[in-house]
Amino acid sequence: MTTTATEQSTTVDDARPATPRDRLPLLLVPLLALIALPLIGSPTTWVTLTIAALAMGMMIFVISSGLTLVFGLMDVLNFGHGAFIAVGAYVAMSVLALFPGLTQASSLPLNLAGLGLATFAAMLVTGLLGFAFERIIIRPVYGQHLKQILITTGGLIVAEQMIHVLWGGDQKPMPLPAGLRGAFTFGDVNIEKFRILAVAVGLVVFATISLVLNRTKLGLLIRAGVENREMVEALGYRIRRLFTGVFVAGSALAGLGGTLWALYRETLTAAIGGEVIVLVFIVIIIGGLGSVGGCFIGSILVAMMANYTGYLAPKVALASNILLMVAILLWRPQGLYPVAKR
Amino acid sequence: MSGIADTLLSGDLPRSRILTALLGVIVGVLALAPLLFDGAQAINTAAKICVFIVLAASYDLLLGYTGIVSFAHTMFFGLGAYGVGLALYGWGATWTSVAAGLALAIVAGLALALVIGLVSLRVKAIFYAMITLAVASAFAILAGQLSDFTGGEDGRSFRVPELLRPATLLFRLPLLNIDITGRTAAYYLVAGSAAGLFLSALRVVNSPFGRVLQAIRENEFRAEAIGFDVVTYRTLGNCLAAVMAVFAGALYALWLRYVGPDTTLSFGIMLDILLMVVIGGMGTLYGAIIGATLFILAQSYLQKLMGAAAKSTQGIPVLPDLLHPDRWLLWLGVLFVLSVYFFPAGIVGTLRSRAVTQEQLPKT
Amino acid sequence: MADPLLTLASVHTHIGQYHILQGVDLTVPTGEVTVLLGRNGAGKTTTLRTIMGLWPPSAGRIAFAGQPIGGLPPPDIARRGIAYVPEQMAVFSDLTVAENMTLAALAGPPDTARLEWIFGLFPALKKFWRSPAGVLSGGQKQMLAIARAIVEPRALLLIDEPTKGIAPAIIESMIAAFAELKRANTTILLVEQNFRFASSLGDTVAVMDDGRIVHRGTMGDLAADSVLQSRLLGLSLDAHA
Repeated sequence: MTTTATEQSTTVDDARPATPRDRLPLLLVPLLALIALPLIGSPTTWVTLTIAALAMGMMIFVISSGLTLVFGLMDVLNFGHGAFIAVGAYVAMSVLALFPGLTQASSLPLNLAGLGLATFAAMLVTGLLGFAFERIIIRPVYGQHLKQILITTGGLIVAEQMIHVLWGGDQKPMPLPAGLRGAFTFGDVNIEKFRILAVAVGLVVFATISLVLNRTKLGLLIRAGVENREMVEALGYRIRRLFTGVFVAGSALAGLGGTLWALYRETLTAAIGGEVIVLVFIVIIIGGLGSVGGCFIGSILVAMMANYTGYLAPKVALASNILLMVAILLWRPQGLYPVAKR
Repeated sequence: MSGIADTLLSGDLPRSRILTALLGVIVGVLALAPLLFDGAQAINTAAKICVFIVLAASYDLLLGYTGIVSFAHTMFFGLGAYGVGLALYGWGATWTSVAAGLALAIVAGLALALVIGLVSLRVKAIFYAMITLAVASAFAILAGQLSDFTGGEDGRSFRVPELLRPATLLFRLPLLNIDITGRTAAYYLVAGSAAGLFLSALRVVNSPFGRVLQAIRENEFRAEAIGFDVVTYRTLGNCLAAVMAVFAGALYALWLRYVGPDTTLSFGIMLDILLMVVIGGMGTLYGAIIGATLFILAQSYLQKLMGAAAKSTQGIPVLPDLLHPDRWLLWLGVLFVLSVYFFPAGIVGTLRSRAVTQEQLPKT
Repeated sequence: MADPLLTLASVHTHIGQYHILQGVDLTVPTGEVTVLLGRNGAGKTTTLRTIMGLWPPSAGRIAFAGQPIGGLPPPDIARRGIAYVPEQMAVFSDLTVAENMTLAALAGPPDTARLEWIFGLFPALKKFWRSPAGVLSGGQKQMLAIARAIVEPRALLLIDEPTKGIAPAIIESMIAAFAELKRANTTILLVEQNFRFASSLGDTVAVMDDGRIVHRGTMGDLAADSVLQSRLLGLSLDAHA
């Protein structure tokens, strides 16, 4: 299969996907959707659930893409990633509250501008926080997995507590800007406007990451570094700086994802990070640690599973995703797209 | 005398004078707690310390002695608590229910530990940490959702066997004029079992089996090369730790006469255990005693202190918020991060290495 | 003999608790191919990795083009003009051949004329230019690894056992490529076990044992002296061929 795909990729030349030419995992998405259809019964419900799953999947992807790259590149798993999700959401909430004129106006462009501003602020703050986190918390424990897990978990505790200090511990409302409330109706199918926005944002992020990874020298360095960082250094590149950059970008993406997630929930608490991070871990395990493409498919699969079972048997929604993870690991023990390592 | 201590502690002595004194005070106070303190809060705190010593020690078997980071330890703790609690709730307040519930919980715990171990202990530590986190979250949510069976988020209150009920007056201590009630009996059941479990754990880590676990922690490849089956040993270590956590959960349920997700299954408790073990000292077991005691005292009493401090700093920006009693975990979190950097051996390890350098000083 | 481009003076390297290099003295003359011989575990790979900064020396002096480089991080050493071809080749299998080459070119996109010259040395690379390096055969990967090291002119190439596990036919074409590199006056420090390959390319030779250099001389002298060979290498020329 690899060889046929290779010929394809030589003909399509530069338009090569970020992840290898192994298309089998891609089939899992329609497969899961088709299995769910008869179980759910009603096609309109199924369409609504599938679109909801795509929106949720894109949000999870935005959050997990940075985490998986950081792991792939530096063998660092940041258990404190959830803190960036929460901080991003809180910053966005504060900024949105500052500009009621933009968010409550009945003009969609103004709404989007307000949202853009809030998102930018969220990404800026989480990016800076990521920079500090990498320098202070993670740098001293490179190569020591046990300490990494412990110290980033400690960082998570401290960050969550700081959110309580700065914003208070009670549940906060996170209202959607006026123009994004409600849904479009096509026949019997309702599609919430915000979900369309979430899908769009997720696709833009995926396209941007793919473009950077495949078309820029920076992307080459990241992909090469994921595979063999020592050789990248021996070729003359300071990978540490690269890593800081990826860490900061990953943190900023977590901030973006957190903002979207909070808007999707329309409320937020300091525990928002913990809520999502479990799904994020499942996603990056399913996708293959370090693989952005695997992370993309994994996000959609996990979100579909969550939405379908959330409808069919809400009590076992998370458990069903554990089963999905186990099933995929039994099929491919290193995840959907194992990342080549030395 | 020292011979008895040696046997009891499996030859693994505290090896530091300060540590011995600290442990002596803790064990002494815990042993006499019902006689020393009157208030319900003090006894509750003492019982909680006993339970968490066992829980933290069982976690140390994993983290400190096998080098595995698991986030599913509360799952086993919860299994023990729910096993005993639901048995007492459903089958009546008898010792038979306690035994049956505990037995079921142990079987379930072993099965889960075995499955998780076999699926994920072959892979990197980080995989294991993530997978256990996911499984434990799913378990906690399940326990909260299956409300017909578990009582859901509200949990279940239940009656304990008559001997342990507070209303049962057993006898009156003649000289001190103290009533020995079922509550006292329950406390000693908890404290006695905790002591027994802790000493068994000491025995395990100082057995040949424990030495192999430590060898694997130090150098997996070498241990494998010498001919030890790393996965089997790790899985066994995992199972042992799980069973010990099940016991801790059972004791906790008996003491609280209640089980619920918040007291046994929450991620918060998982973090508490992690903090206890790391601050106390990984891979020492005694660290569990120091860590659990310190942590629960902080949880119960640091808050009061911080409340006073917050009041006295009223008017200064942010500071009162930082010192708010609910923010005690913030400071423990900071302490945790600092201790991972600067005292990776924790309180016990640091005291021990100080004791060693002091012994060596006169010689050099 | 030309001026040394690279000089190691009593270099020691520790890896964890192991003392691997125990005082290595080595000179690599400019414009020549220096072959580092020795049995497995003698410290040849460690010597290359120490020069590259991947395992920094714990003691001793390493000078490149008159400047001390011991203790510098690997990227800095690379940018002074040293290229490294590790034993495991370490091509990036997820990247295409083209991308591997692009990454190795520090001064911008690879120079077209130089690429044509490299394609002349290793024609397979042109054929698989747009394929992921992961699909190449072992020999082709080795060619890519060497091509990557010479995508731009480098003052010094460190090459670790290029013939290891490579089919004889490909070794022949590699000998030709190396001869071409020699004609271009490239300075090479080559670790090699294949004595025939080594003797056909080497100008000077150093033999390592137990973390030290135990013999230095010209390749010609060693190739002609089978007694010396069997004493130093424990095997005769014939056994290696």
